[in-house]
Amino acid sequence: MQKYCYNNGRRDFIRKASFSAALYAIPSLLVHAESVSLIAPTPAPKEKIKLSINGKEISAEVDTRITLLDFLREQLGYTGTKKGCGMGQCGACILHINGKRMNSCQTLAIHNNGKTIETVEGLANGDTLHPMQEAFIKCDAMQCGYCTPGQIMSGIACIRDGRANNRDEIQRYMAGNICRCGAYQNIVDAIAQVKESGKTV
Amino acid sequence: MENNWLPVNEGPRADALDKVTGKATYAAEHRVSNLAHGVFVCSTIAKGIIQSIDEAAALKAEGVIDIISYKNCPAIPGYAPQLADGTRNPKQWWGMKVLYDNQVRFYGQPIALVVAETLEQANAASLLLKITYQKESFETDFNLARKDPSKAKPPSTYSRGNASNYEQAAVKVDGEFTIPIEVHSPMELQATIAVWEAEDKLTVYDKTQGPKATQGAIARLFNIPDKNVRVIADYVGGAFGNALRNWHNVPAACIAAKKINRPVKVILTRPQMFNLTGYRPQSWQQLKIGADATGKFVGIIHTAISNTSRYEEFREGIVNASRFLYACDYVDTNYRILPLDVSTPTWMRGPGEASGCFALESSIDQLSYVLNMDPVELRIKNFAEKNPESKLPWSSNYLKECYDKGRTLINWANRPQKPGSLQENGWLVGYGMANGVFGAGRSQASVRAILQANGNLVLQSAVSDMGPGTTTAMTKIASENLLLPLDKISFKLGDSELPPGPTQGGSTTTSTLGTAVYLACEALKKSLRTLAVENVPAFKNLDASTLVIKEGGVSASIDKEVFISNADLLKLGNKPFLEITQDSQGTSAMELKHATNSFSSHFVKVLVNPKTLKIKITEVVTTADAGKIISENTARSQMLGGVVGGIGMALFEELKFDHYTGAITNASFAGYQVPLHPDIPKTTVWFVNKPDPIINPIGAKGLGEIAFIGLAAAIANAVYNATGKRVRNLPITPEKLKEAKI
Ligand code: FES
Ligand code: FES
Repeated sequence: MQKYCYNNGRRDFIRKASFSAALYAIPSLLVHAESVSLIAPTPAPKEKIKLSINGKEISAEVDTRITLLDFLREQLGYTGTKKGCGMGQCGACILHINGKRMNSCQTLAIHNNGKTIETVEGLANGDTLHPMQEAFIKCDAMQCGYCTPGQIMSGIACIRDGRANNRDEIQRYMAGNICRCGAYQNIVDAIAQVKESGKTV
Repeated sequence: MENNWLPVNEGPRADALDKVTGKATYAAEHRVSNLAHGVFVCSTIAKGIIQSIDEAAALKAEGVIDIISYKNCPAIPGYAPQLADGTRNPKQWWGMKVLYDNQVRFYGQPIALVVAETLEQANAASLLLKITYQKESFETDFNLARKDPSKAKPPSTYSRGNASNYEQAAVKVDGEFTIPIEVHSPMELQATIAVWEAEDKLTVYDKTQGPKATQGAIARLFNIPDKNVRVIADYVGGAFGNALRNWHNVPAACIAAKKINRPVKVILTRPQMFNLTGYRPQSWQQLKIGADATGKFVGIIHTAISNTSRYEEFREGIVNASRFLYACDYVDTNYRILPLDVSTPTWMRGPGEASGCFALESSIDQLSYVLNMDPVELRIKNFAEKNPESKLPWSSNYLKECYDKGRTLINWANRPQKPGSLQENGWLVGYGMANGVFGAGRSQASVRAILQANGNLVLQSAVSDMGPGTTTAMTKIASENLLLPLDKISFKLGDSELPPGPTQGGSTTTSTLGTAVYLACEALKKSLRTLAVENVPAFKNLDASTLVIKEGGVSASIDKEVFISNADLLKLGNKPFLEITQDSQGTSAMELKHATNSFSSHFVKVLVNPKTLKIKITEVVTTADAGKIISENTARSQMLGGVVGGIGMALFEELKFDHYTGAITNASFAGYQVPLHPDIPKTTVWFVNKPDPIINPIGAKGLGEIAFIGLAAAIANAVYNATGKRVRNLPITPEKLKEAKI
């Protein structure tokens, strides 16, 4: 029998994630600050980085303050990875860095020099969808679709990390991926189906 | 087929492929060259006057192009309260005029827009503005303010029947309910990109539930013709009501782009989303119900207050369902709004009806215990055979079928009649149910149908879709009507240049737009028949009306003895394509001589830990009478989403203020809790799925609101059944459960 469990740890992920956001001091957090005269208006340094995105080698000069997420979306036009908060609290920006899932709003672009990035745009092989994409379509694991790329990238990691053995485990692993449309049940169905199919993810 | 729902083989959501591959493009994601980024600097006081803004340091910062505030905002025609001749400007911007004056109306109000080459530069420079204020006293504490009756606006009231009915009732319940501010918080951030192509012509990429409405608003703002404004909203990442009107990001982006003569993008931050895009107003309600000894309702008195801002009056239908959901001779409602120094609320999914039904459905549940009656039986006892407010017969009302199915699917027989008397593995078990109701409307829409040379059909209308699946439903309607396979039909939306369509909201899209699609298909069939008789020798002597349209062609009989494909027919008729633009007029209950409503009934099982009072929702069965279900796949998802929303309302969501500063203290997903994966119970969706014979030719009523309305009460009622304690102040937390009285 499937367990549908409400667990203690549901908020832990979000709290931890927002702590790391504070460390990076993403500017969006500070927009309301009143007295900030300490920050000098000197030009921000730029740095050259090289990284692989969905198998493509990319070299770019980046503002040292730009997050990997904003680098992808605003600078490169890879908009498949979504921004839902920029604060590490929603999971819309989840992608894979060197095969591990990561909230891309919580890492600066310069910290990813030399790394291998995989986004939702890189999952399909031509017209052949990744099994997780197929399962999301089949289970209608979406409404507006805005959280979907993050859910898919997290869902793949869930199986790769061996954390998809039952619904309860999937729900806990996925706790950092908010779906405000409430497609949660279908998302878990999709992940469970891929896991059961035994397909390589 | 029995309709206890399994995903059927009806094909996927029409835009699913774009959504799973990252190709779906939302407002902020459109590629525009020479783009500048604008970020808002927001007030750090709740009320007062801006004394000074010192931009010197910020203007010197790298990449900064301009800083726009009331000090240098260009004259905007739609911002002027009066016309040159001194009369009221009829085209005034709806809502607060951002960057317009030095007034601060609420904490976090945008007062300047910093525009720079990049987002990082704009963010950095935004921290360098020095702003001084002259503070004024303010009020943000709803629960304090509502105790002074002089502060609220005059009530809107309704009364029918004789008050003495209630006075003499054999049993009565009387309860007060509070609901905090809840915020839509769609996953996509509100965003606008404005691109001026000429002095009086622009394209705007915007997160909006109504491309046509947004087009009109921007045209009025700059006093230019509607046709000079193109609004694109091909994908909308959730909204739940927060994109029904245009917030500050829209005029700010348009004004900035005009001022600096370059495209400008303004994206709100997540904290700003909690303050600048509306919310469900905070409310206080009192609900009294009286019944006779058999359980028949003899009086309902529903009083409510909800907040609005100081600068706009926002009202919603909080007491409306009490007037008509059940049969009751005496009903009295009284609703007032209370202005506070906060931003303006707006419709949030299920709007006022969801707040009202929490009070109404909780009270009926309470009454059922006083009467020692099953709460479903009590509702059946008071079933309204017709709408008691308008006295019109229902166009359809299958609530009783919802009750039957809901009870069976949740195993209602296991429900303990005595609260707190059943345990499972050391946890208290409770079952609860509640109803939802919402008006099923149909307004005006226009659809263009183009049958292409290859026989494919393209449908077009200037609507947008925030997630429920408009494209899917509309192609399905056309497919059923024309007996044309789904993969030959596409639906184009999200562009104000298409034929005018309605704003998506109030559960009306399927009924409104679906009717237009249906009528367009009917018109197309007529043209095809005529074309066939005129151009195909085999049809020449046949009566056009007897020809059958199916499987992408025209045949003389259902047996398909004589058949010509649509593509060949167009060729023969010498037509590169066939195009029809069809208007569909709206209609009202009065015109239809029927009350048109959708209904839902939600059943919930909860476990409550007797020591920690932790609440686990373990199962939900949600049933709906929404007329004919057009696309079961997407409709089911919409219902599942309603359940998740209801769980948020019942257990988690609450926007909090620091009343000393007037600031919101939990404006993030770490502070404002929404349901997450682990909070989701096993949920079963069931639809009556019987076409409504009156409302429109497709038989569909609305679904979006009733999926949500009533859920919070069903959960509260289940918690009561488990514990014997009724929490009337949302959200229900273990702390409140501990303090709750019987
Ligand atoms: S955008 Fe990164 S977690 Fe929300
Ligand atoms: S599908 Fe809309 S937020 Fe998940």
